[in-house]
Amino acid sequence: MTTTAIDYEAVIGLEVHAQITTRSKNFCSCSADYANAAPNTHVCPVCLGMPGTLPVLNRAAIEATVMTALALNCEIPLHSKFDRKNYPYPDLMKGYQITQYDEPLSLNGWTEIDDGNGGTLRAGITRVHLEEDTARLLHRVDSVTGEPYSLVDVNRAGVPLMEIVGEPDLRTPEQARQYLLKLRQILRYLGVSHANMEEGNFRCDANVSVRPRGSTTFGNKVEVKNMNSFRAVFHALEYELDRQSTMMAAGERIPMETRGWVEGENRTVSQRSKEEANDYRYFPEPDLPPVVLTPDWIEGVRAKLPELPDAKRARFVQRYGLSPHEADLLTDSRARADYFEAALADADPTDDAARRSLARAVANWMLGELARLQNAHGDEIEAVKVRPQHIRELVAVIEGGAISGTQAKDVFQKMYDTGEAPGAIVEAAGLSQISGTDELAAIVAQILAAHPQPVADYRAGKQEAIKFLVGQVMRATKGRANPESAGALLRDTLGG
Amino acid sequence: MSLTRDQVLHIAKLARMGVEEAEIEKFQRQLSQILDHFARLSEVDTENVPPTAYAVPLQNVARDDEPRQSYDRDKVLANAPMAEDGYFRVRAVLE
Repeated sequence: MTTTAIDYEAVIGLEVHAQITTRSKNFCSCSADYANAAPNTHVCPVCLGMPGTLPVLNRAAIEATVMTALALNCEIPLHSKFDRKNYPYPDLMKGYQITQYDEPLSLNGWTEIDDGNGGTLRAGITRVHLEEDTARLLHRVDSVTGEPYSLVDVNRAGVPLMEIVGEPDLRTPEQARQYLLKLRQILRYLGVSHANMEEGNFRCDANVSVRPRGSTTFGNKVEVKNMNSFRAVFHALEYELDRQSTMMAAGERIPMETRGWVEGENRTVSQRSKEEANDYRYFPEPDLPPVVLTPDWIEGVRAKLPELPDAKRARFVQRYGLSPHEADLLTDSRARADYFEAALADADPTDDAARRSLARAVANWMLGELARLQNAHGDEIEAVKVRPQHIRELVAVIEGGAISGTQAKDVFQKMYDTGEAPGAIVEAAGLSQISGTDELAAIVAQILAAHPQPVADYRAGKQEAIKFLVGQVMRATKGRANPESAGALLRDTLGG
Repeated sequence: MSLTRDQVLHIAKLARMGVEEAEIEKFQRQLSQILDHFARLSEVDTENVPPTAYAVPLQNVARDDEPRQSYDRDKVLANAPMAEDGYFRVRAVLE
């Protein structure tokens, strides 16, 4: 970062586009599942923009948008409509995009995020509206003429897209990252989008300006595009904050423009001066009648909202006695939180202490060994073979004294690899601890005979020597002895 | 209402249409006539009429989220001036 005499802060507002996971497209019945489809096989006269065709709205896309808006604390106006946004580009077959201009499905929401400084920040949501995705373009060069040209795959055109417009409430690149993480988490909790930036179904453009810290006016904003990962967003914003602060400190005027992030060069470059909004010539989409919602219908959607991440985290802390950090990790995804609670399904609801104790043990396994193995294998929780109830069983097996802590890790590794129940693994491997005193006594006798010096030391009052002998017993039994029983038996035999 | 020369050039640019020098004045005149024609609508008293974007009294026309068979690709590409490897081929759009 360049240091300047004046301290500058960034003013950041993010526009997020998330593909909605419907089965069919937004305005026609072509399949929206185009990821592995051959080019131009999910197309029809509507999404190809043929003259004389009529779009018909997908009910599920409206519901997903309204549900997201409710999760983001938005108001839902009862009257909403669609508009045409005109711009000539071959990724739009019709020459316009169907979107929502002045009467979106929702307005005026907020979401609470980590402010990157140990506190929380309420980030405003301007609106969440419904629109359509564009065709995919490939850029090639003609091998004969050397002329560049483009190829168009229309499969993606018309897939429902929701745009989440954020207020310029973010002040640091880290807050922008936290905001995106929060949106992604909520979208995934709702199951309305895969929300995967790398896969391109969760995209982010940023509007960023700088101003002297403490100022309440806004500088000229720069729109930054082409950021294809959370990392890219963070670094592009850091770059812009630095670039604009330096210009401002030098008394230069910051032009209002669109800039693209160039991955690999770690900088943004000017793309074009921002077109005036009226160049899009928005006008009401005559082919789609307005959407008129009823309060009952909206409440019906609200009733379908799952428990959201913040509420779940608070409940995990309160009900299971987890630390906020542990609760954060366990509620990171809905699947992980569900897994955790499935493992506790048998806990006695009236016995707080027992529930918390089991929750503690399950949390330790999930955040310890399970997380370690998941990371090593790159497995999402959904792909993990270990069943939640098997973690509960493993906890019971350990508490029953049948296996030691060290053995438990080996058992867990086998559970992870095979998906088998811990009881079966313990039995098959003959891992159960030696509990019979006779068997242990024979081994203890052998160890004492083989190590006269530590025996003499112990008898001479050196209590520490017992540790060495216990270690030898554990070694001889390949860890199957219970160290406490072995210690007790050694002391008894030595007359201690 | 009379459109300026610059307005005609701006409209042509937005429509990605080239205009000959000789056409500019003609379009200024023609487009102005069209606007004048529609301007007659403003003579109607709409004081107590709520604004609407629709001429047909319909609302909430929506369908269930059921995918159906798409069109055959060969048929779809048959209309294209240029196609390649199952794609539509168009002039370069990189800026």
